[in-house]
Amino acid sequence: MPQITYIQPNGESRSIAVNPGATVMLTAVANGVEGIVAECGGSAMCATCHVYLDEASHSFVPPVSEVEHEMLESATAARRENSRLACQIEMPQGVDEIIVHIPTHQV
Amino acid sequence: MSDAGVIIVGSGQGGFQVAASLRDEDYAGPIALIGDEPGLPYQRPPLSKAFLLGKVRPEQIELRPAAYYIEKNIEVISSQQVTKIDREARRITLASGALKSYEQLVLATGARARIPKISGINFTGVARLRTLSDAQVLISQMQPGRRVVIVGAGFIGMEVAVNALELGLDVHLLETTDRALKRTLTAISGNFLTYALIQRGAKFSFNTRVIGFTGVGGRVTGTTTNHGETIPSDMVVIGIGVEPNVELALEAGLHVHDGIVVNDRLITSDPRISAIGDCARFHASYSDALVRLESVQNSVDQARCVAAQITGKGKPYNKVPWFWSDQGTNRLQIAGVAQADDIAVLRGDINKFKFSVFRFRADRITAVESINSVGDHMLSRKLLANPANISPEQAADKSLDLAALAVSP
Repeated sequence: MPQITYIQPNGESRSIAVNPGATVMLTAVANGVEGIVAECGGSAMCATCHVYLDEASHSFVPPVSEVEHEMLESATAARRENSRLACQIEMPQGVDEIIVHIPTHQV
Repeated sequence: MSDAGVIIVGSGQGGFQVAASLRDEDYAGPIALIGDEPGLPYQRPPLSKAFLLGKVRPEQIELRPAAYYIEKNIEVISSQQVTKIDREARRITLASGALKSYEQLVLATGARARIPKISGINFTGVARLRTLSDAQVLISQMQPGRRVVIVGAGFIGMEVAVNALELGLDVHLLETTDRALKRTLTAISGNFLTYALIQRGAKFSFNTRVIGFTGVGGRVTGTTTNHGETIPSDMVVIGIGVEPNVELALEAGLHVHDGIVVNDRLITSDPRISAIGDCARFHASYSDALVRLESVQNSVDQARCVAAQITGKGKPYNKVPWFWSDQGTNRLQIAGVAQADDIAVLRGDINKFKFSVFRFRADRITAVESINSVGDHMLSRKLLANPANISPEQAADKSLDLAALAVSP
C-alpha cells in the first residue's frame, strides 16, 4: 500500500499507509500527526497546513495553483521553493510514497 | 463525583481547540469535553459547502479521530447537556444527573439557528442548518427539480443557494433588507455575489418578509410573504442568523448581554469561568462596543488564548478576525470587522471577478473583503495588525505593492 511520510523538524519520521486520492493534510489530521493545524479544514483559506515537499516526491505532485501560491506567500514559516499546502496535495495513482517535511510553526 | 480539572462545555471547534491546546501546552490535569450532539467534535463550515454536494462523508469532517482523545487523555462526553453550574461548589450537573467538579470551566456553548415563530415553521420540509444532523436532513431533501425557498440572504442562505443550484434545484431567496449579505459585506461585494447566483438561475426577492408557511398533511407546500404572495415550496431553508447559547451562563448569574460577557482575557464575571467563540462577547481593540463574532478563526484563537491563560501563560486576546465563504467558484475572504458606514475603497477589477474592498474609518483601515484575491486577504490580515501602514489612497493604487506596506514599520 502506498504511504505518506511526515518528517518533523526534529527529524522524527512517521509513515502512514493510504489509498490513492488521500490528501496529505487529512491523513495527517486523522492520524494525529503533530504540526499540521489545518484551521480551515482543507479549503486553502488559512495556510496552516504548510509543508515542504521532499525532493524525491517533487515530480509526483501537480504544480502549485495560483490560489495556493498566494496563500503560501503569507504562511508563517519561511516559504521555500518546495513549499506546499498539505490540503492541496493528493496521493497520486501508482506512486509508492510521498514525503513531506513539517515546518517549525504554522501560526 | 469525579475529578476536578478543566471542564469544557460545548464540543464544537472552539471547545475542541481548548482541549487540544491545553495538551499542547502540557496541561496535565483532567480535561472533560462535553457536547450535546452525538459523535466526535467536527467542523461546521463544510456543512453548508462541500458536504451538501455529497462530496464529504461525516467522518471526514471530524476534527480528530477517536484515538486522538484516548492518546491525549481527553474525556469526550457526547449527547449530553449540562443543565446547571454551581459556582460555589465549582461543579456542573449533567442532564443524566451526574455531577462533575472543576477548577476551571470553559463555556464554548456556541449558538443556535434563529427560528422565527411563524405559522407552519414546524412543517416537514422546513429546515435549518447548524448541525451535522441538520445537514443530513437537508441533503436527503435536496433533489434535482425541487423548489427550495431560502429565507435570509446571509452567508448560510447564499452558500446553501449555490449548492442547491449545483444540485439542480430551483432556488428562490427571500431577504427582509434591500440586498444580500447586508450585515457583513459592502454593496460592492454583496451585489457581485448576488449577480453570480442570478446568472446561475437563482431568484431573489428583497424587502420581503416571510409571514408563514402553507402545508398539506404536515408537509410544507408554500411560503407566504408580507406582500401577500404564496411561493410554491417543496422545501424551505431558514438562514436568518443565530442566537448565542447563553442560558446556562445566565442561570449561573454570570454577566450576559447577547453573549456571555468576558474581559480582555476572555474570563467571565467569575474568575474560574471563561467563555469563547460564538457565545462570547468581548472587548476588541478595533471597536468601542463589545463584539461577538461567529467564525472558526475567532473560536480557535480564543480557545488558544484560554488554554494559555489556564497554563499560566495568559495574555490579552488581540487577534485580527477573519472569515471565509465559498460561493461556488467565488472565494470570499474577509479580514477585520467594519461598521456599515465605513468608507469602501475598491482595489482590483470587478469585471475580472478578482478584487478587494478596503474599508476605512477616519482614514484607519477596519476591514478588507477579498473576492478571488487570496494574496490581498493574507496581506490584509497583516495590515490590520498595523493599521497605520495603509491609507485609502494607497489601497486604491494598484501599482503599490501591498506586501511592502504590510512589512514596513
